[in-house]
Amino acid sequence: MSAFLMPSLGADMEAGTLVEQLVSPGDRVKHGDVIAAVETQKGVIEVEIFQDGVLEDWLVDTGIKVPVGTPLAMIRSTSDSNAAGPDTPEPETPQPHDPKPASVPREDPAPQEPAPQRPSPESPMPEGPFPEIPMPEDRIEAGVAANYHRQHISPAARRLAAQTGVDLGRLGPSTDKPITRSDIAALTREHHSAQSDMRAAIAAAMSRSKRDIPHYYLCHTVDLTKAEAFITTENATRAPDERLLLGALYLKALARAVKKVPEMNGTFEEGHFHQSEAVHAGLAIALRSGGLVAPALFDADTQSLDDLMTSMRDLIARVRAGRYRARELSEATITLSSLGDRGVDQLYGVIYPPQVAIVGVGTPALRPWVEGKKVLPRLTATLTLAADHRVSDGRRGALFLTAIAKHLQRPETL
Amino acid sequence: MTEMSIDAALADELHRIAPDIELSEIDRTQDLREEFDIDSMDFLTLVTALGKRFDLDMPEADYPKMQSYDALLEYLRTRTS
Repeated sequence: MSAFLMPSLGADMEAGTLVEQLVSPGDRVKHGDVIAAVETQKGVIEVEIFQDGVLEDWLVDTGIKVPVGTPLAMIRSTSDSNAAGPDTPEPETPQPHDPKPASVPREDPAPQEPAPQRPSPESPMPEGPFPEIPMPEDRIEAGVAANYHRQHISPAARRLAAQTGVDLGRLGPSTDKPITRSDIAALTREHHSAQSDMRAAIAAAMSRSKRDIPHYYLCHTVDLTKAEAFITTENATRAPDERLLLGALYLKALARAVKKVPEMNGTFEEGHFHQSEAVHAGLAIALRSGGLVAPALFDADTQSLDDLMTSMRDLIARVRAGRYRARELSEATITLSSLGDRGVDQLYGVIYPPQVAIVGVGTPALRPWVEGKKVLPRLTATLTLAADHRVSDGRRGALFLTAIAKHLQRPETL
Repeated sequence: MTEMSIDAALADELHRIAPDIELSEIDRTQDLREEFDIDSMDFLTLVTALGKRFDLDMPEADYPKMQSYDALLEYLRTRTS
């Protein structure tokens, strides 16, 4: 038996609200299944489970906000012997590889099972029987939760609500009519914290970054003529849903360059740098209603260009729809921020802690470029790097940026 | 395919991508991406959806003919007739 916990939601979020229980007690779950949705300052995030088993019971009701690390449900592992039938001979079998470190190997959760339901970060709850302390706000939240999860809410409405901090429970009892974005917008007008939650989350992470990380900055101009020509040629024979964008090439070039300068890729925590073998590239994605998120594209180094493009499309579509995975928010090892083709010349990023580097790509444009003794119009963009001086120096940073530029000169090898 | 349904289909697909922009608020002759505040990925998503809806290949070489709402509507009308 182990606990399924409220996952880490990135450096800037300490709590989340369980909004959907996608499996019922007694249901079988397997590694990778999305079993819950959690509402955060950055929208609704799908939460996956990383073990096989049977969901024993939910410990937290929908609509309840709990800190990261709180047990949300109990999972009976398929290797547990109790109640699993007589054909499971080895009760001592170690748990199958389980990346959730805080799994609670408690044999009998019964004595205090409802206790973790309403931990409050400010006031630690006493052990033992749950005292009847009046908690007006939580009561209200719990009360509306029953209506809330049955309502039909359009993704745009859910997204707006999450970003503006509107409590969906305030919409009242469920009706047949789906809740739309304009319903939420109406609430937003009377809701003073519009935008402020998302902004607060960004402010917290960026303040921490600027306070703790000694940034250094580099910039380098890259010729994108060949990369652009490669994409044009490739796309000429491709159906729209198989076409490439320059962004996929940036990602791939970055992932390759990391192999040469690995100290750009990893996390700095508790005074130590942990270099990551895998390249999980965070992609900065602006949200229509303001703010941005930088969820991870996993294993950017080992995916083919086409697979990377597919992953990127999928990720952006899910972010736009306001649904992405908890793992994607917490496990990026480096970030890429591209201004796209309607932006400005360059951007200097702020490192997303605990990462140690962020690469920016300015808007590509035709600019004068000297080749031999001639000045030619070439499609160029400015690459920038902000990196952590606790981990690397400008010389290594320069090697990293020029490596990205070199890979972009040979797009057919990406 | 009537013009009415092409118009409605285009409006529908744009609404999926940019639900916060009302068609009545934009200038249909101006740059589509700026009017709807959509990036290259959004535009590719739009082209993909329209291609599927109308069974068109929507080649990249034709993108210059899709630069405004009106131009894109005209393009779809011509290609589907």
